[in-house]
Amino acid sequence: MKIKEKIIEMLLGFCAFITVLTTFGIVYILFSESYRFFKEVSIVRFITDKEWTPLFADKQYGIMALLSGTLLTSAIAMVVALPLGIIIAVYLNEYAHKTVRNYLKPVLEILAAIPTVVYGFFALMVVTPFLKLLFPEISGFNALSAGLVMGVMIIPLVSSLSEDALYAVPKSLREASYGMGATKFQTSFRVLVPAASSGIIVSFILAISRAVGETMIVAIAAGQQPRLTANPLVPIETITTYIVQVSSGDVVNGSVEYRTIFAAGITLFIFTFLLNNVSHFVRKRFKQQYE
Amino acid sequence: MANKRNRRIDKAFRITGLLATCFGVFVLIILLGSILIKGVTRLNFQFLSSLPSRFAAKAGILSALSGTLWIFGLTALFAIPVGIGAAVYLEEYGKKNKLGGFIEINISNLAGVPSIIYGLLGLGIFVHALKFGPVILAGALTLALLILPIIIVSTREALKAVPKTIREAAYGLGATKWQVIRTQVLPASAGGILTGMILALARAIGETAPLIVVGALAYVPFVPKSPFDNFSVLPMQIFNWVSRPQKEFTVNAAAAIIVLLVITFILNGFAVFLRNKWQQKVKW
Amino acid sequence: MTNEKNIAIEAKNVNVYYGTKHVLKDINIAIEKNSVVAFIGPSGCGKSTFIRCFNRMNDFIESFRKEGDIIINNKEIYDRSIQVEELRKEVGMVFQKPNPFPKTIFENVVYGLRIQGENNKKTLRETAEKCLRDAALWDEVKDDLNKSALELSGGQQQRLCIARTLAVKPSIILMDEPASALDPISTSKIEDLITVLKKDYTIVIVTHNMQQAARVSDKTAFFYLGDMVEFEKTQTLFTNPQKELTQNYITGRFG
Repeated sequence: MKIKEKIIEMLLGFCAFITVLTTFGIVYILFSESYRFFKEVSIVRFITDKEWTPLFADKQYGIMALLSGTLLTSAIAMVVALPLGIIIAVYLNEYAHKTVRNYLKPVLEILAAIPTVVYGFFALMVVTPFLKLLFPEISGFNALSAGLVMGVMIIPLVSSLSEDALYAVPKSLREASYGMGATKFQTSFRVLVPAASSGIIVSFILAISRAVGETMIVAIAAGQQPRLTANPLVPIETITTYIVQVSSGDVVNGSVEYRTIFAAGITLFIFTFLLNNVSHFVRKRFKQQYE
Repeated sequence: MANKRNRRIDKAFRITGLLATCFGVFVLIILLGSILIKGVTRLNFQFLSSLPSRFAAKAGILSALSGTLWIFGLTALFAIPVGIGAAVYLEEYGKKNKLGGFIEINISNLAGVPSIIYGLLGLGIFVHALKFGPVILAGALTLALLILPIIIVSTREALKAVPKTIREAAYGLGATKWQVIRTQVLPASAGGILTGMILALARAIGETAPLIVVGALAYVPFVPKSPFDNFSVLPMQIFNWVSRPQKEFTVNAAAAIIVLLVITFILNGFAVFLRNKWQQKVKW
Repeated sequence: MTNEKNIAIEAKNVNVYYGTKHVLKDINIAIEKNSVVAFIGPSGCGKSTFIRCFNRMNDFIESFRKEGDIIINNKEIYDRSIQVEELRKEVGMVFQKPNPFPKTIFENVVYGLRIQGENNKKTLRETAEKCLRDAALWDEVKDDLNKSALELSGGQQQRLCIARTLAVKPSIILMDEPASALDPISTSKIEDLITVLKKDYTIVIVTHNMQQAARVSDKTAFFYLGDMVEFEKTQTLFTNPQKELTQNYITGRFG
C-alpha cells in the first residue's frame, strides 16, 4: 500500500519534472547552437552590423535588421491593442449592460481562438488591399498591415486580463467613489484603473511579449526583406519570419545558416523571457497590495 | 457646469467603449466573411479527398487533413496524461516544497515562450539529437510540450475547485491520498479538466510555426500511415498556398481555412458547452 | 503502550502547536468506551483541533506539531508504525458541514468499502441497508438509493454522512459540530441518533451548543484558550462546576 502510493507520487512528480526538462532543453539547444554560431561570427558584429544577409554570398549578420522589423510590427500592434483593450475592459466591466456583455464578450474571445495563419491570410489578402486605397505607395508586403492585424488578434488578451484586474478591485473602493457622486467615467479612470494598474501593466507586458513572438502573421504579410527602417509601408523581416524562412528551405544541419536560426531564436527568447519575468515581478507586487 | 460636462464625458465614453467592442466584432465579421466569400465555392468533395498538386484545381487537403488528425491524436496522447499528472502533483503533492515552487515559476515562464522557440527545441532534440527526422512523432512531441503549460494551468484550476470538505470526507473514511484523488478529486473535476484539454488541443491544431521549424513539409503527396512518416498539416498547407502568387491557390487557401476554422470552432464550442454543463451540474 | 480496559481514547500531556502558536496545553483525558463525551468551549479554544488529533486530520496542516501521547487501541497513534488510513477506519469522523460526495446515495455509503477493494454486490447492498437503517435514514431514501446525494436535505445529508462513517465499522466516531448547519428538527434527529449509537460506539462530539452537550453526553470537557479547564460527568459540570471559568461560561457570561 505504502509502496504503491510512493510509486504513484514519483510518477506524478516525474510528469511535473518534464516541464523543467523542457526549459533545460530549450536553454541547452539555444545556447549550444548559438555558442557555435558565435564562434564563427563575433557577437559585436551580430549586434552592430546593420544588415542581415546570411543566405547571400556577401554574408552579414546584423541582428538589428531583424530586430527592428520585430519591434516595428510589435509597436504597430500595441498602438491598436493597448488602447482598444483597455477601453473595452473598462466598458465591459463598468458600463455594459449584463446582456450586452454576455453577448459581446464571447464573440471577442473568438478572436483569440482563430489560428494565426488565418490572420496572416486576412492581413495579406484583405487588409493590405484596403490600405492600398489609403496609401497608394504601400508594398504588397508591409509592416503596417501585419501589425494592425496582430493588434486586433491581441485585443482579447489585453481586454480580458485587464478586466480581471478591474474586477478584482475591492467593491468598497468603487462604492466610495460612487457614494461621493462620481460618474462612471470618473470612477473608472480615477479609482478603478489606478487601483488595477499593476494588473493592467501585466496585461500590456504579456501583449508585447506575444507580439514579439508572433510568427505566422508577419511571415505571411510583412515580407522577407530584413532592413533597419521605421517605415511601415515597405517590406521588412522579423526574427520569427527569418526562422520560418530558413526552416522552409533546405538548410544543411550544422551549417552556419542552420545556426543563424538559433542565434535569432535566442535573441527572441531573451526578449520574451525578460518581458515575462517583469510581468511576474509586477504581479507579485500587485498581490501584496491587496493582502 | 462641471456636472453637465462630466455627464457628457461619461456618455461619450459609453459610446466609445461600445464602438471599440463592436470594432473587434466588426473585424471578426469581415475576416470570416471575406474568407467565406473567397473560399466557399472551392469546398467540395474533390477538395477534401485529393492530394496536393501543382495544379490548383486538382489540389486537395487530404494529406494535410490526415496529418492534422495524426498530430491531434498523438499530441493528445502525450500531453494529456503528462499534463494531468503534473497538475495533480503540483496541486496535491508538491505544492509547498521548494521544488514545487520552482516548477511553478518555470511553468508560467514556459507559457510565455513563443511557439516558434518550441519549434527550435523540437528541431534540436527530436529531429536531430534523437534522430527521428522531420516526422509526425517529432511534430506531435513538440506540440505536446507547447501545450503542456496550458493543460497544467487549466487542470490545476479544475482541481482547485473541488471543495476541501470532499477531500476531508474521503480521508476521514480511511482513503489514501491517491484513493482520494482517483475516486473523488479527479471525477469531480473531470469536466473542468476536459474543457481545458480541448481548448489546448484546439490551439495545437492551429499551430504552424513550430511545425515549420520541425520540418513539416509543404508538399506531401501521400497519406501518412505511421508516426514515422513525413507529414503536413492544414495550417502548413494554408501557409504554402498563401505564399504562392497565383490567385487560384489563394482560393484554395481560403477553402482550407474554412475547414480549419470549422474544426477549431467545433472544438471550442464543445469546450464551452462542457464548461456550462459542468457548472450547472455541480453545486456543492 | 496500553489503554486501561474500558478506555477508548487516552491523551497524556498533549501539547499542540501551529507554528509557534501554542493551541493545546498539556491536555490529559481518558474517554471511556461506549460513552458520549462532549467538548465545549468558545470558538478558538482548541476543541476542534483536539478532536482532529484523534484521527490525525491535522496531518494536512503544514505547521501542525504535537507533543505527548494519544493512545487508541494500545498504540500511540502518531507512532511511525501506525498507518494513518487504518487509524481513520477505526476512528470515523462526521464533519461540521454535511459533505456528501457528488455521487449517488448508495455510492456514498459504500465508498469506504469500495476503497478497501470490496466489490461484492450483495455485501455492498447489505452494508448500505444496515448502515442507512442505523443512521435512521433508510425509510426516507430506500427507494432513491441511486439518486444524487446532493439532492437530499441538509439533515438527511448529515445522516448519510453518519451512515457512510458507520459502513467502515469504526469503534470511535468523532463529530465536529455535526448539527451546527442544521435546523432544529434535523438537529434533534441527529441527537436521538447519537444516544442510540452509543450502545455500539464511543462518540466524541464537539459542540457550540451547551444544551446539546447536556442532552447527549455522559461526560463533558470544557476548553478555554487551549486549556482543558474541567472534565466531569455532564450533569456535574453543568450543575456544580468546580472552576469559576466553567461557571462563567455555562451561565453565559462570555463565549
